[in-house]
Amino acid sequence: MNVPENLKYTHADEWLSIDGNIATLGVTDYAQDQLSDIVFVEITVEKGETVKKLAHVATIESVKAAADVNSPISGKITDINESLSNTPELVNNDPFGQAWMVKFEITDPSELTSLMDAKAYADYCSTRGH
Amino acid sequence: MFSPHTPSETVEMLKNIGVKSIEDLFKDVPQKYRFPKLNLPEGLTEMEALAEMHEYAGSNETVKGLLSFLGAGAYHHYIPAGVDSLLRRSEFYTAYTPYQPEVAQGTLQAIFEFQTLIANLTGMEVSNASHYDGATATAEAGVMAYHNFRGKRPGILLSSAVNPQYREVLCSYLCGYENINIQTIGEDFTIPGNPDDLAAHVDNETALVVVQYPDFFGRIFDLTAMAQKVHEKGSLLAVVTNPIALGLLKTPGEMGADIVVGEGQPLGIPLSYGGPYLGFFATKKEFARKISGRLVGETSDAQGRRGYVLTLTAREQHIRREKSTSNICTNQGLMALAATIYLSLVGKSGLKQVANLCFQKAHYAADVLGQVPGFSVLSDAPFFHEFILKCPRPVEAINTLLLERDIIGGYDLGKDCEALANHMLICVTEMTSKDDIDYLASVLEEVTHD
Amino acid sequence: MTEPTIYELSSAGRTGVRFPEPDVPLTHLPQSLMREVLPLPELSEVDVIRHFTHLSSLNYCIDSGLYPLGSCTMKYNPKINEEIARLEGFAYTHPLQPESTIQGNLALMYDLQETLKEIAGFAAVTLQPAAGAQGEFTGVMIIRDYHRSRGDAKRTKILIPDSAHGTNPATSAMSGFEVVPLPSDARGNVDLAKLREVCDDTVAGLMLTNPNTLGLFDENVIEVINIVHQAGGLVYGDGANLNALLGIVRPGDLGIDIMHFNLHKTFSTPHGGGGPGSGPVGVSAHLADFLPTPLVGIVEKATADLPPLYGFIKPPKTIGRVKSFFGQFGMFVRAYTYIRMHGPEGLRKVSEYAVLNANYLLAKMGDVYHLPYKRTCMHEFVVEGCWPDIPEIHALDIAKRLMDYKFHPPTNYFPLIVHEALMIEPTETESKQSLDAFAEAMLAIAKEARETPELLKEAPHDTPIGRLDEVKAAKELVLCCWLPDDK
Repeated sequence: MNVPENLKYTHADEWLSIDGNIATLGVTDYAQDQLSDIVFVEITVEKGETVKKLAHVATIESVKAAADVNSPISGKITDINESLSNTPELVNNDPFGQAWMVKFEITDPSELTSLMDAKAYADYCSTRGH
Repeated sequence: MFSPHTPSETVEMLKNIGVKSIEDLFKDVPQKYRFPKLNLPEGLTEMEALAEMHEYAGSNETVKGLLSFLGAGAYHHYIPAGVDSLLRRSEFYTAYTPYQPEVAQGTLQAIFEFQTLIANLTGMEVSNASHYDGATATAEAGVMAYHNFRGKRPGILLSSAVNPQYREVLCSYLCGYENINIQTIGEDFTIPGNPDDLAAHVDNETALVVVQYPDFFGRIFDLTAMAQKVHEKGSLLAVVTNPIALGLLKTPGEMGADIVVGEGQPLGIPLSYGGPYLGFFATKKEFARKISGRLVGETSDAQGRRGYVLTLTAREQHIRREKSTSNICTNQGLMALAATIYLSLVGKSGLKQVANLCFQKAHYAADVLGQVPGFSVLSDAPFFHEFILKCPRPVEAINTLLLERDIIGGYDLGKDCEALANHMLICVTEMTSKDDIDYLASVLEEVTHD
Repeated sequence: MTEPTIYELSSAGRTGVRFPEPDVPLTHLPQSLMREVLPLPELSEVDVIRHFTHLSSLNYCIDSGLYPLGSCTMKYNPKINEEIARLEGFAYTHPLQPESTIQGNLALMYDLQETLKEIAGFAAVTLQPAAGAQGEFTGVMIIRDYHRSRGDAKRTKILIPDSAHGTNPATSAMSGFEVVPLPSDARGNVDLAKLREVCDDTVAGLMLTNPNTLGLFDENVIEVINIVHQAGGLVYGDGANLNALLGIVRPGDLGIDIMHFNLHKTFSTPHGGGGPGSGPVGVSAHLADFLPTPLVGIVEKATADLPPLYGFIKPPKTIGRVKSFFGQFGMFVRAYTYIRMHGPEGLRKVSEYAVLNANYLLAKMGDVYHLPYKRTCMHEFVVEGCWPDIPEIHALDIAKRLMDYKFHPPTNYFPLIVHEALMIEPTETESKQSLDAFAEAMLAIAKEARETPELLKEAPHDTPIGRLDEVKAAKELVLCCWLPDDK
């Protein structure tokens, strides 16, 4: 299982990459593996919208499961990944790259401290088995 | 009776389980309440049960025994013999929801064909596998529209010419939603529910506008201009329709509907005192993933053979639990099958014929009844197979007199709307003959003469 | 084999049914209101009969064999029910007919209401809900309106054990409640300590399935109900599993305030390939005023010469209407026929044999399939469809392989709290021989899982079609047949 070093993680299997005051959000390799074949992704927020911590930003569906993606921090949406609606399989094929979901301006950097680093997340995954 | 156990088999089974008696299997049930004596009459043999049920059935008057002019949401149409003959195949009626597609292709393909027929009939792109009835299908249109705008548009506008029971059920379904604002427009008019009056109330808060076509009073309005106005505000338009009327009429899809729902009972389903009936729900492809209820999709097996499965099930309650948008876990499978068989049997020419017969006879009835002294037909638009008959006396009194002459009169519109006291909704289908209509006219004249 | 669709079978110019020509002078419908094309198929009656007969042969059904779907109660559907529901006096009655012309229907509905009250121990019953899920919805709305009517607005939570049906949380959320999941304890009962911890004055109610979806009767049911009542909440009973309780215990006696019945499970009305169901709701006396409108009541008592006059009654604090007309009437006729044929003794036998059959099957299989909660089960039980030494075999593989043995698979992957769950409910209408044959098939498959696992992985081999590509179906979303002219 792939857990890139440079990202931050949540217990709900989301990843966050930080570039200055812009954060990019997606779901992890572990999450896509658990969901199996993703058939549908819907981003439920719009550009320019302000979201609070834990706001629902996307829904992912496979044939046997569905998962909500929630924003781990507060911010203002600057970009959403339009391509996922037509090519949901990107979440399976490239969860940390092409399958990013939303980008947003970080409004409260202190919220970042509660996120896990790669090692902590890898340990967390290993405790859950398969 | 329907349990095949012999005493010796029961003993042997108990031995296998390792208990002495059947009672021992119920030790987890609190003793104080265990094995209550039910105060019910003793069981009957099949022969006795049949006789007893004949007594209930025999205490009813029927639309076969009497001459009926009732519609208002349930319609007496001819059901070709082939429909029930196929419905009685136990391969259909004793099967369950097709969760295991390899052994349920019969049910799945029939539903897939049902979806196709409904989409084609309504002029829409997709249909689901059905809802409980027309009322709940209408309510589900409200639920879908609300979720489509993620609750940001709380308004739902209902035409007062939508079946009052459908409006009631929609309110029951949606009253738990945050900030929901449901309004009925035009209840105070003498002839309620002109679609143009409704369009004026649409604003940026409106998620959905619901109209009926032909409306509850039988009238046919072209909804094209109205649909445009609804869309200009970014709202959705749901049209409640009668599937038989669509054998003749321009489709709601053509006029710009986003959702088309209705009662499928006229398609080969007996009146059966109000149920089981069939709700249908069709929409545009862009909303396919937001439809509640079951959907059947086409796919293939490893050898490339075409087959069908329940699809998009990850949205449903058994997986999404409290996050699903609906708690539905069934459809009206057998009723959808009845409609599929009916539409296959009557086909393109038969449905047109039935619709035309309804239309022609209703217009003849309106002509004749409108000439009975004291009565007049109230209509500001063309109508399909129902129309409003203004009466010189309370409808209930007239209907009581009609019943003495073996006629079930029309629906008393004053029950739902004060402004329509003394107005009757008359329904005529292909089952009504010219003689029947002439007889009604003569009896009406006779009973109101003095 | 693949059966063509009705559109592929269509041949221009055919029709299955013709109708008479109009017998009245003709009126003209404006062209602007008419549709231009009517894309319906064109087939002869024979075409249609053969097509649907072919389709029917692709289905598994109760009449062909054991259908052990847990939580669905796939019992035999007596043939007499079908005859009776089609009697002209029932099938040809219009729901808006004057009450005086429909006394037989009203009497039957009244008698069914009374009978369901007696069977489950409630003060009032509505027959209106169309299915179990709608019954639940009705129940949760009653809970909401009951608290509101007492000015108690802070009750916003519904407690739901993790062993509940998925409809419970979905229904609560739909009705505006916050869902609080409750864990099960090591014996599969509601965790009492946790229940006490969350019960406060914000709890509107608890939705309890008993026996639960593990097929276990909650050993502390009285205490569970007391804890909720003491906190001011109501207890909703999910009646999906009532087939274990007829004449055994009345949920109302245990203190349950509201419960839905599933006429299509407990009372033998056919499942119809997925509906129509029917989900009447019973309530205790303090909730009777909230039932959906209308109910059937006696409006004039019987006299020495005349039977009672039945009519519709609107409960004073009704939650409103949840369905058009009065419910799935045709199902009432079937269910009532079934109940009348059984009587009190027969009904108790139904549940006794349902529980006997489940325990017998469990005894035959329990050594080979792991049972997570080792207790006497009620009418169904849940085993794990997997073994630690052969991790590649899943519940799904066992389910699919069962089809080759000519059995319908059990419910799988539910309840969610059991790993690789196989949920088995044989029902009382199966004989010992049929249970033996099913157990033998399950044991044979367990053997194959170790010796020839590919037989399971590639199953089914002997069905009209193989495993279908569900990913393709969900992605491509083809929901309608292609019409011949829109390739």
